[in-house]
Amino acid sequence: MAETINEVKFSDEAMAEIQRYISHYPEGRQKSAILPILHIAQAEFGGWVSPEVMDKVAEILNIQPIEVYEVATFYTMFNLKPVGKHVLEVCRTGPCCLRGADQVIEMIKQKLNIEEGETTADGMFTLKPVECLASCGTGPMLQVRELFYENIDSEEKLNEFLKMMRNKEHETPTWKK
Amino acid sequence: MGLKILTEHINVPGIETLEVYRKHGGYRSVEKALKTMTPDEVVEEVKTSGLRGRGGAGFPTGMKWSFLAKPEGVPRYLVCNADESEPGTFKDRWFMEHNPHALIEGMITSSFALGANTSYIYIRGELLFVLRILEKAIAEAYAAGLLGKNILGSGYDLDLHVAPGGGAYICGEETALLESLEGKRGNPRNKPPFPAVKGLFQCPTVVNNVETISSVPWIVNNGGAEYAKIGVGRSTGTKLISASGNINNPGVYEIELGVPVEEFIYSDQYCGGIWKGKQLKAVVPGGSSVPILPANLILKTAAGEDRLMSYESLSDGGFVSGSMLGSGAFIVFDEDQCIVRNTWNYARFYHHESCGQCSPCREGTGWMEKVLHRIEYGHGHQQDIDLLVSVSKQIEGNTICPLGDAAAWPVASAIRHFRHEFEWHINNPKEATTPGAVYRGQFDTVTA
Repeated sequence: MAETINEVKFSDEAMAEIQRYISHYPEGRQKSAILPILHIAQAEFGGWVSPEVMDKVAEILNIQPIEVYEVATFYTMFNLKPVGKHVLEVCRTGPCCLRGADQVIEMIKQKLNIEEGETTADGMFTLKPVECLASCGTGPMLQVRELFYENIDSEEKLNEFLKMMRNKEHETPTWKK
Repeated sequence: MGLKILTEHINVPGIETLEVYRKHGGYRSVEKALKTMTPDEVVEEVKTSGLRGRGGAGFPTGMKWSFLAKPEGVPRYLVCNADESEPGTFKDRWFMEHNPHALIEGMITSSFALGANTSYIYIRGELLFVLRILEKAIAEAYAAGLLGKNILGSGYDLDLHVAPGGGAYICGEETALLESLEGKRGNPRNKPPFPAVKGLFQCPTVVNNVETISSVPWIVNNGGAEYAKIGVGRSTGTKLISASGNINNPGVYEIELGVPVEEFIYSDQYCGGIWKGKQLKAVVPGGSSVPILPANLILKTAAGEDRLMSYESLSDGGFVSGSMLGSGAFIVFDEDQCIVRNTWNYARFYHHESCGQCSPCREGTGWMEKVLHRIEYGHGHQQDIDLLVSVSKQIEGNTICPLGDAAAWPVASAIRHFRHEFEWHINNPKEATTPGAVYRGQFDTVTA
């Protein structure tokens, strides 16, 4: 984990990973590494990318901050405001809905007393319905960080899942393992 | 059981490791191509095979490769499109997760054929866990001398990297993907110039789907002519089909192209019939962007013949009574599913995923979502149905990239085949908006 958000200092591990991604592209094309770096930044700084973090990414890539802002605001995976400890990204698209995704979203709203896009008062969960996650054969499903949780097809399974998440720390990004 | 080209060893424990993959014949195509063939010979074999792009468009792969410009002193690139985001499609994710070396082997052999010395696998950002699997497998390949300088002593060099996206369906479109790979917003480019002339970093580039590239090793090992013998007509080879929705056995199946649709839906070898013993109402056979077909039309062609799982048979009758094989995403609807709600769901998807570059798509997808929402929620008017048809026609064919068509076709086809269901929603708003309500009037049901 980085030291503090205000300092916007990536950990040594993260910086090594950032440099590795930059090395994948030809000289002068370092901007190509912007998406992997934003993923790393989000994992480093509490699950979202603040303007300060984006400025830091621009500095690392030697590009203008606006070039980072326009990318971060285009792609849906980057959270532009603070989120809860666990962001529940529930697939709301066709095939998952055929197996009950709408009901899963409704149950989560009721159980956590939040609406879509909101975070629970204890800061534990953010609900974020998302479009297709390529898990159509195992829906309803949701993603938390890098992991898929599939076949959430009953209230019992949802309860079990939420209980497990309450006792779980942040998923460690696998590049750190 | 049909012939398995891509999935023969997929259930072998440890197949994701280089050691086990090579024990089962992995990387033979790299040895063969780099040591005994010229790049042009590999391209010819792929042409002979009749392999068509498995991402959805179905364009002949060998022909696409032969379009690649080869100016002196300019690098060429192969980019694998692993940005699988089409609703209903999950075959590539599943395949990469379980058999990463098969894709890497295909990338090496295909890059050699194209004269590329640096290649990229662009994978959708949501699949970071698959990215880690691929990166681990790539590291193994580098350590074994299958990647890097002078691969297997052949004198051929290749660097292979994985690049994650950030969550945008549009990046599955090849030029949007290239923009994204260059670190920009995924706005599709005008064509021409095509990527084969000016692609990644303005250099000649081929963009191919995961399944397409992974099919190349078998073609190199066995010859294009052998591949062409599999399948039916111009639909040669095998195809991964991702089956979802109201079926007993959702999952990914490798089929020889030409299997009857009825067999695919009802056989225990594949989908295993309709979930909970219900009746078949409709199928979207190739991913959310292709036209939906009611039960009777998915089983029989316009000519009354058995509909087959092939590019030609599924499109028989054009859009009047046919659809498309697309990416092979087979979404099944039972009698309890509301077509209006489903159409609204897809319209919301395409509105959400429009990059906003072209007005017909940016505005039109929003209009369609809004109108469908009010019909679904009991506030529709009779003229809304024709309005939807009109808007879909104004989007179709009027955008830089195919997302406009992809957004328009589900709406137009749903109205074409299930207009009575939209009318019922408008005429019976109270009944239609009751939780669990579904139109049970005239539709062509099929019982196994």
